[in-house]
Amino acid sequence: MTQSANARGGAVPWVAVGPALLWTLAFFAAPFIAMALVSVTVKGGGFSLANYQQFFTDPSYYRALFNSLEVTAIVTVISILLAYPFAWILAEQIPERWQRLALILAILPFWTSYVVRSYSWLLVLAEKGVVNNTLVQLGLIAEPIQLANTRFATVTGFVHFFVMLLTLTIFANLKQLSPSYRKAAADLGAGPVRTFLHIILPLTLPGIMVGAFLTFVLATGDYITPQILGGNNELLMPQLIMLQIGRRGDFPLASALSILLMLVVTVAYLACARWLKIERA
Amino acid sequence: MRSAIRLATIIYAVLIYGFIFLPVVTLVLFSFQATSFPIPPFSGPSLRWYQAVLGDARLTSALLNSLAVAVISSAVATLLGFLAAWGFARFRLPASALMRGLITLPLTVSYLIIGMGLLVLFNSIGFPKSLTAAGIGHVVINLPLCFAILYSQMGEHQANIERAARDLGAKEWQVLTLVTAPMLWPALFASFFLSMTFSWDEFVISFLLTRFDTTLPVEIWNLLRSGLNPKTNAVGSLVFLVSIAFVLLFELVFFRKSRS
Amino acid sequence: MTPLVQVKSVSQKFGAMCALDDVSLDIAPRSYTVLLGPSGSGKTTLLSILGGFLVPTTGQVLIEGQDCTGMPPAKRPTTTVFQDYALFPHMTVGANVGFGLRMRGVASSERDKRAQEVLKLVGLPEAFGKKPHQLSGGQRQRVALARALVVEPSVLLLDEPLGALDLKLRRQMQEELKAIQKRVGTAFVHVTHDQEEAMALADHCVVMSNGRIEDEGPAERVYSKPASRFSATFMGESTIFSGRVIGSGEIETVFGRWQLATDVKPGSEIVLALRPEHVVIDQKQLLPLGEGRVSDVVFQGSFKRVTASLVKDESLMLLARLPADAVVQTGDMVHFACDPKHVLVLTR
Repeated sequence: MTQSANARGGAVPWVAVGPALLWTLAFFAAPFIAMALVSVTVKGGGFSLANYQQFFTDPSYYRALFNSLEVTAIVTVISILLAYPFAWILAEQIPERWQRLALILAILPFWTSYVVRSYSWLLVLAEKGVVNNTLVQLGLIAEPIQLANTRFATVTGFVHFFVMLLTLTIFANLKQLSPSYRKAAADLGAGPVRTFLHIILPLTLPGIMVGAFLTFVLATGDYITPQILGGNNELLMPQLIMLQIGRRGDFPLASALSILLMLVVTVAYLACARWLKIERA
Repeated sequence: MRSAIRLATIIYAVLIYGFIFLPVVTLVLFSFQATSFPIPPFSGPSLRWYQAVLGDARLTSALLNSLAVAVISSAVATLLGFLAAWGFARFRLPASALMRGLITLPLTVSYLIIGMGLLVLFNSIGFPKSLTAAGIGHVVINLPLCFAILYSQMGEHQANIERAARDLGAKEWQVLTLVTAPMLWPALFASFFLSMTFSWDEFVISFLLTRFDTTLPVEIWNLLRSGLNPKTNAVGSLVFLVSIAFVLLFELVFFRKSRS
Repeated sequence: MTPLVQVKSVSQKFGAMCALDDVSLDIAPRSYTVLLGPSGSGKTTLLSILGGFLVPTTGQVLIEGQDCTGMPPAKRPTTTVFQDYALFPHMTVGANVGFGLRMRGVASSERDKRAQEVLKLVGLPEAFGKKPHQLSGGQRQRVALARALVVEPSVLLLDEPLGALDLKLRRQMQEELKAIQKRVGTAFVHVTHDQEEAMALADHCVVMSNGRIEDEGPAERVYSKPASRFSATFMGESTIFSGRVIGSGEIETVFGRWQLATDVKPGSEIVLALRPEHVVIDQKQLLPLGEGRVSDVVFQGSFKRVTASLVKDESLMLLARLPADAVVQTGDMVHFACDPKHVLVLTR
């Protein structure tokens, strides 16, 4: 019975897929269109490209996008560098039967609420918090240094989450690799370093790319982490958007900024998708 | 040489685990603080902040709101995702790939933008900010996930089983309720559970779309305005506890299932 | 006797591909029909059309005189035993077998009673409370059979029902299937690509190829007098070579002029087929095939299976089934011959 999808069914399939489709159209597509329409007006006025114009001409606006991209880039690189060896240790150095437990332990702290997680870092990095207190006690510094409300704090909060995420994707990828690759490479005379560079690394690139892409999407769109940890000293794109809503009630400008942010993510997605396809071919 | 690598490995793993656990340990430890600031030195243990949390009607009602929104929106997302997955897997529909793409599209858009869009839409049609509005947003973010999970589980073997049921006289709704849903029970449960955790943890959509009655993450956010406060630690620790209980339940149900 | 099922000029197209090409077939009540063919021959498509899982592009299907062409599976008096059994994994065997009765509104106690009876019929009375995953392949197959039989269909459709079983179990299940069919009296239509299975089971054997029926009739007739070159090679083995009718009862072949009784009109190009068991050695009074060099001898216990290339036409590989005590070895030159009354004359 290979002809699975028969034409028979009449209205039944439409009744089945209809609700999900309508939901997506009404509460995802329609809001997007509404946002696009509102973005080309000015508050209380008619059609205007002023919002986009403002973004591209006012440094304090486009600076936010650069900040977002910079922070994301830094976070992605640090997270990959920290997560890769960790994933390797979990996958290769820990006995098989402990791996599940080790992974569960690594994920456990992320079951706190996402707002609470950023708050916890604030506790750690505060002026009289755990880190400063310890450093002063050890005599390494005389006075507390400012850690909270800096880009450093934002990056730390992000890295904390993305190290976990990347560890998972890279771990999954490492586990899929057949041990015979390594044996074959060793058999052909490659040392551990060359085996890693020429065999293991290329084969785990897809896992890294998936993790990096997730990092990019989640970090550029996140409001909580930069707001709680970075404060208002340096605005990232989501903070700028929320500022238009919260303080000024400027929906058109917030809409325009949202659409710009989404365009950036879409471009990254397309670039990533193409890259991954080339990898596969 | 070998033992040096081994040592480096152990040190590295300990450091990473330390990094991962540092904030949560700090959080839980200072939730037992006796004085008013959750910073060293530790002055507890004391349960006063837990009492303060449980006595705070805003927090407890926010917790119930969060649970209600999570359960209802996850049930809706799972149901819609299940029906759509079944429809696309079992019938040949025109422009199927396009429609499936549309349903999964919200996965690639950040919550902030989804929330913004809904805010603009609801604002323009005069739909008030409410828990219902936030719940609608939560279905938007979870529906693609449920759909993707369930669609991947609808195999050809199950299609034959459904055909057998139809052959023996079952109507479409009987096929769905007596055969397809019980067969896909683990995937349905996983979808529901994942939706629950995402909804439970979601902040920005609830923040944008609710006003007076709100969810727990938003209420915690409001607490943060008063600065560092052991009460926030206590709420956070409680949320942590509830989440871990959820995960344990999930593990138990699944382990029992996979063993039988 | 009026046919139970009448398939009238049915064609099925999937896009540009023609899976069934103008097929007509009658199925008698109480009969065991086997649809035999290689994969892609259209046999499964025909079964799907009988079961109502496919609506044919053109043509008509009548069951018990009623037009069922567009009728959904549940409405027609057929049930199907699926190749992968398609048992409901979350239900007990009893609930599986009782499912069809439940859909027909039969009360639970009556359902259990009848499910139990049918399970007894298929030889699994003790499986009632078990789950499908606790059963072996052969047992699942019986449950699938019981589930389809309990609703008392007029026609039971079996889609390669023994395909997933190992050889020994398959032969055993064949006998049981046949016995169950005789006992319940339901017409069975059984799809397979295994010609031995077809010969063992079929009252009525339908050989299919490329979306057409090549030959149909009692299994013995299809084997002994195949209607086409395809059915001569698919239903059993044959050595095939060409010839031409040059006069009444006289045929020109590479082996010379043979006197054969045939009603094919003179001047026609024909095909001749020889069954391996009709090839003999060292018997000069029969039709001579000339010398051949033995290229392979396989001892099969009760006989020897011999392959040889003939001197008269080296491209021809002759298949012979010789007595177990025949003295032949690879490389021997042997005189082959055949009995004129067993030579098959085929016009297509």
